[in-house]
Amino acid sequence: MRTMKEPRGYAATPRTRPVRDPAPSKWGYRWQRWMLTPGVRTGLRLGVPTLVIGLIGTAWFSNDANLAVVTDRYDQIKAAIQHRPEFMVTGLAITGADEELASQVAELVSVEFPVSSFDLELEAMRAKVAALDAVSDVYVRVGDAGALEIGITPRQPVALWRTAEGLRMLDDNGVFSGDVAGRAERRDLPLIAGDGAKEHMTEALALFRTAAPIATRVRGLVRIGNRRWDMVLDRGQRIQLPGEGAEAALARVIALEDTQDLLARDVILVDMRNENRPTVRLQQDAVAATRNAVTTGASN
Amino acid sequence: MRDLYETQRAMRNVRKAAMQRGVIAILDIGTSKIACLVLRFDGPGRAAQTDGVGALAGQSQFRVIGAATTRSRGVRFGEIDAMQETERAIRTAVQAAQKMAEVRVDHVIACFSGARPRSYGLDGAVDVETGIVTEADIGRVLASCETPDFGHDRDVLHAQPVNFALDHRSGMADPRGQGGQRLATDLHLMTVDATAIRNIFFCIKRCDLELAGLASSAYVAGVSSLVEDEQELGAACIDLGGGTTGISVFMKKHMIYSDAVRMGGEHVSSDISMGLQVPMQVAERIKTFYGGVVATGMDDREMIEIGGDTGDWERDRRTVSRAELIGIMRPRIEEILEEVRARLDAAGFEYLPSQQIVLTGGGSQIPGLDGLAAKILGQQVRLGRPLRVQGLPQAATGPAFSGAVGCALFAANPQDEWWDFDIPAETYPARSLKRAVKWFKDNW
Repeated sequence: MRTMKEPRGYAATPRTRPVRDPAPSKWGYRWQRWMLTPGVRTGLRLGVPTLVIGLIGTAWFSNDANLAVVTDRYDQIKAAIQHRPEFMVTGLAITGADEELASQVAELVSVEFPVSSFDLELEAMRAKVAALDAVSDVYVRVGDAGALEIGITPRQPVALWRTAEGLRMLDDNGVFSGDVAGRAERRDLPLIAGDGAKEHMTEALALFRTAAPIATRVRGLVRIGNRRWDMVLDRGQRIQLPGEGAEAALARVIALEDTQDLLARDVILVDMRNENRPTVRLQQDAVAATRNAVTTGASN
Repeated sequence: MRDLYETQRAMRNVRKAAMQRGVIAILDIGTSKIACLVLRFDGPGRAAQTDGVGALAGQSQFRVIGAATTRSRGVRFGEIDAMQETERAIRTAVQAAQKMAEVRVDHVIACFSGARPRSYGLDGAVDVETGIVTEADIGRVLASCETPDFGHDRDVLHAQPVNFALDHRSGMADPRGQGGQRLATDLHLMTVDATAIRNIFFCIKRCDLELAGLASSAYVAGVSSLVEDEQELGAACIDLGGGTTGISVFMKKHMIYSDAVRMGGEHVSSDISMGLQVPMQVAERIKTFYGGVVATGMDDREMIEIGGDTGDWERDRRTVSRAELIGIMRPRIEEILEEVRARLDAAGFEYLPSQQIVLTGGGSQIPGLDGLAAKILGQQVRLGRPLRVQGLPQAATGPAFSGAVGCALFAANPQDEWWDFDIPAETYPARSLKRAVKWFKDNW
């Protein structure tokens, strides 16, 4: 007779009650499942630390003194970097402009050197210079050796325009390129006047070219009624041109001048407005003289 | 029939979704324990692809990442008896498994053993329309099987095509793409009590889980504990569970018969409890530690202290010889095995080419059971353990877990079921239109 021993590792006295194995409550179960959801886990791992750091940061920065410390320090570092010699601009180099324009531009830009290139507002500077009448195009850049380079393409004046305010220079697009005190200053430029003259620059320039043989006598072109041109010569002579085909009409006049010295005669007006009926008006004295000559038989 | 088809299809879709997410839980709802495994699927592409049978018979594409077992409450004969209690037990198991896996599971494949399974063999045949068998033809032939009248309170749990025959050639596994005139099929249909299924549905739903599949415990135990050639040549798997003993007969890798005996290990325990006048827990413990079925001379002299729970430790110290214990256990186990024998005989098991019998389930751990079973069931008896799957804890590799492990295998490699094929559209309108056109052609 022997008593059977229970296998090793088990309690000697049999347990009569079931193993304690409590079921989770419904809400406990749900809570655990919720905490195992990937989104929630990620949220707890990343979201909560981010939130805490954010809150601490906000609380700290909400104190003005703390904020000031940070911004001051930031400004200091920023200035220290910006004022390094590599970033300094020490001089102004203006190219492509005559002296007068260059001094005007330098005055306009008005930069105190040396200055950090971070403090220069090149775009605004360029806009300011480009707004000058005499400047057609301009580039502004910080070039080699810390020079502020301003490259100017000046406008080329091709004509003078007489207005009530005075004489102005125009380029070939009819844009102002500067004022002139008197006609004598720019004898090389032809003169135009009248309403709408500016808008018809190309036609005016073509007429001046046609009139090249009598260039010495030409005073200028006058736009009449913003419709057609009158060419004014010295000695009070005037060539009235039609609105359409003015160039051809003028060419006819030049041809007449070539062959018959029309303009050298005592003519005050050549009216070419009607191409079928060119008209020439004599001076008052010439009319009288002609009459006298007819009556006295002095002609021939 | 029709709404069951829908339900099973819906479950299949849920299972696909779960596979996509990669995590699925296996729930084995048994009478004595509820086991929960959490599987992680790596997807078919990530497992090492080899020609033919891969590692672990192609089962390496999943890994067990959580396992938990709890004492079952509220389950009798493999059926849910008290909903609240069962729900709590399921919650316990699922929570512990989730905790181990550190992942939340939403989809569950459940298996259960009870609910009076009943097997039907059906056959159907159709003419192949195009001369080449297509998927639609398979759907049609499956639908052409004449469904027996199994009663309105029963539901189909498995409906698996086990054989296809094309003209005179039979025994085909996959006739798709082959040419022939007449396609016939054999379908194994298994029905269970509808209320049992409904209760499981509700229980799992109340645990905030979604049911992704249902399987019979007998079937999945066979899947996990029969080796391949046994499944191929014919074998029966006897799953000795707590409240029921499941029987599944396999042939050509398909289950062809399934049944259950409504007796199991708990009945043995209750016999001991009644015979020795001890509480159920003590009886269970004595059975586990000292139980057996073959008494020898030695056993008369081996005394077991069964104690008494009266508190009078001096006088109430009863002992019982092991032979007496065996004398109580053996008749009940014999009864169970006789019953199994009767069911197998009814199923015509003796006509199978191989009559291997595999004992598995928690009850199969009784020492000497294989000898006793050999006397009753036939000579080819062995004890089966579930297939080894990756990541399964040592504690869950015993024969008691063959159902759970089999369910995991079932989840990884589901058998084709009838509802996996498109029902041949009761294309009634189309067909009647065709008929009308034909009538016009014939008569005008």
